[in-house]
Amino acid sequence: MAVIAPELTVAEPEHPLKLRQRKTRRTVSDWLILAAAVVFGALIAAPFVIILINSFKSPADYATSGPLSLPSNLYFDGIAAFWERVNFPEKLWNSFFISGMVAILAVVISVFNAFAIGIGRVRGRTWIIVLFLLANMLPQEALLYPLYYMFKQVGLYDNVWSVIIIFTVIQSAFGTYLLSSVYGTFPKEILEAASLDGASRWQILTRVIVPISRPTLAVLVIFFFIWTWNEFLIPLTFLVSNANQTVPVSIAVLQGDRLMDVTTTSASALLGLIPTLVFFLIFQRTLTRGITAGAVK
Amino acid sequence: MAVVPVVARSRATRSTDEQSLLPNSGSGGRAGFWLYLIPGFALFLVVILIPLVWNIYLSFTEWRGIKPPEFIGLDNWVELAGDTKFWTSFGNSIAMIIAMVIVPTLLGLLLAAMLFDLVGKKFGGRVASFLRATYYLPQVLPVAVAAIVIGWILRPENGALNTVLAAIGLGDLQHNWLGSPDTALLSIMFVMVWVQLGYPVVIFMAALQRVDPELYEAAELDGANWLQRFRWITVSIIRPEIFVVTLTCTIAALKVFGPIYTLTRGGPGTSTIVPSYYSYSEFFQNQQVGYGATIATALTVVIVLLTVVFIKAQNRAERAESER
Repeated sequence: MAVIAPELTVAEPEHPLKLRQRKTRRTVSDWLILAAAVVFGALIAAPFVIILINSFKSPADYATSGPLSLPSNLYFDGIAAFWERVNFPEKLWNSFFISGMVAILAVVISVFNAFAIGIGRVRGRTWIIVLFLLANMLPQEALLYPLYYMFKQVGLYDNVWSVIIIFTVIQSAFGTYLLSSVYGTFPKEILEAASLDGASRWQILTRVIVPISRPTLAVLVIFFFIWTWNEFLIPLTFLVSNANQTVPVSIAVLQGDRLMDVTTTSASALLGLIPTLVFFLIFQRTLTRGITAGAVK
Repeated sequence: MAVVPVVARSRATRSTDEQSLLPNSGSGGRAGFWLYLIPGFALFLVVILIPLVWNIYLSFTEWRGIKPPEFIGLDNWVELAGDTKFWTSFGNSIAMIIAMVIVPTLLGLLLAAMLFDLVGKKFGGRVASFLRATYYLPQVLPVAVAAIVIGWILRPENGALNTVLAAIGLGDLQHNWLGSPDTALLSIMFVMVWVQLGYPVVIFMAALQRVDPELYEAAELDGANWLQRFRWITVSIIRPEIFVVTLTCTIAALKVFGPIYTLTRGGPGTSTIVPSYYSYSEFFQNQQVGYGATIATALTVVIVLLTVVFIKAQNRAERAESER
């Protein structure tokens, strides 16, 4: 299970670890430890490198030189074959649309909930949070069949909106938890000032609270997006027709296909991992800014 | 995705004052805030609560998904108690806990301390951050894709692992890693360690920033060696994070589905079956919806109980700590 926590962003390359200035003399054992850490990193990264190398190899090249050599000449047919076989742009769009919708809707719901819980301090708020968190904790199988039946009845089965609705609820459970604690420490003076100026509750929420907490909201949007993108069981069950599948589902479904040669499989893995890597690299900065400004923790 | 934030922490908000942060100028006083909970509650009701209760009900029925469910009392539960396949699946969950919780947490603790305390100090924060990002890499992959990456490496004919083994003269060790019952579970455990390891490293490194460097200096002056400092300063200060990681990963381990589905579909035989996959296959392959619901409900009960026990233990530990 891909587990990503917001804490991920607390330390960042831009913030060199605190103790850097105390850099002292390096002994032999220091170098040995560094070497061990690097070798360990290389082992973890090895599968990525192997995939990268073999995605650009022809099956003949693979057969003669094996999986570890560099390709003798660049070969794009494996990638092209997979790209066309699953209609990759369509899958990319499905994943993008579902994850984007979920990210936005789940943040809206989280803001509403957290406004009532964190700012409004409604009675029983601890229990409300615990209740919502069930959505995050439960195994999805415990909801799967009833949801499958319900969505079939209302004609949303095999429709991307079924998945969007489900994940909006699941992700907003975490958002509610996180935002409630952020809003619970919202500067009271700002709220009082706005209230004295005659702003209504709705105006205070949309014109004061949301703009001030925007960095935290951005973090949530990004996490919800990535989490939804990586989901498997529910998209697998609900999006059965080819045209509705997401990237991970379409790749996994094709694995059973005996016609896939070894380099095409490799290419499919490469195409599956590139989008997530790109998000990760693009959003690292936003995530840090969000954490420091929103003081999440 | 499997993030379960710590409920224990929300205790902090409980003790704060009961007043709304907004002065009571708007309509309806504090109660007016309930309006804002309506959309969240309505969706929660439809997507979580009703299906959950329904699923529990289904666990007491015989249902093949077409004719209406037939109430059969405890029959499914009795069958479950004697179902060796079910107990095998739970046994495999323990293997998943070893691979996704115990090994990554211990290894992650060591790696985080090493990166922060030794590599970060002697070679600069950038080197440490770069290595941390490398360890984290498998975590950003969709788990289904991660499984494919590894499945491809482990394939019996001309897979990368077998080729490497042959190349370094260990050709005798070549094996159908995922296809034979003796190694399939172990192979999946390896995959899960690879996937999970980065999570504790990142969390623990963030936590280590809280440690006051003077503590280490004082301990060093008192003659404590690295291992002693690790045990008595590092581990005790980041205990809350260790708790978070252990709880979230245990729940994730019990729920694991994607890698099993993509790599082995529970096979060969039942050697890699997990409760989550077992219930899925009862729902959609065997059309035994009632029995599938029983498995899913049992899994839910285990997860909820475990979470409660975990949080109780954590609260007790916290109290003991503050009384000291």
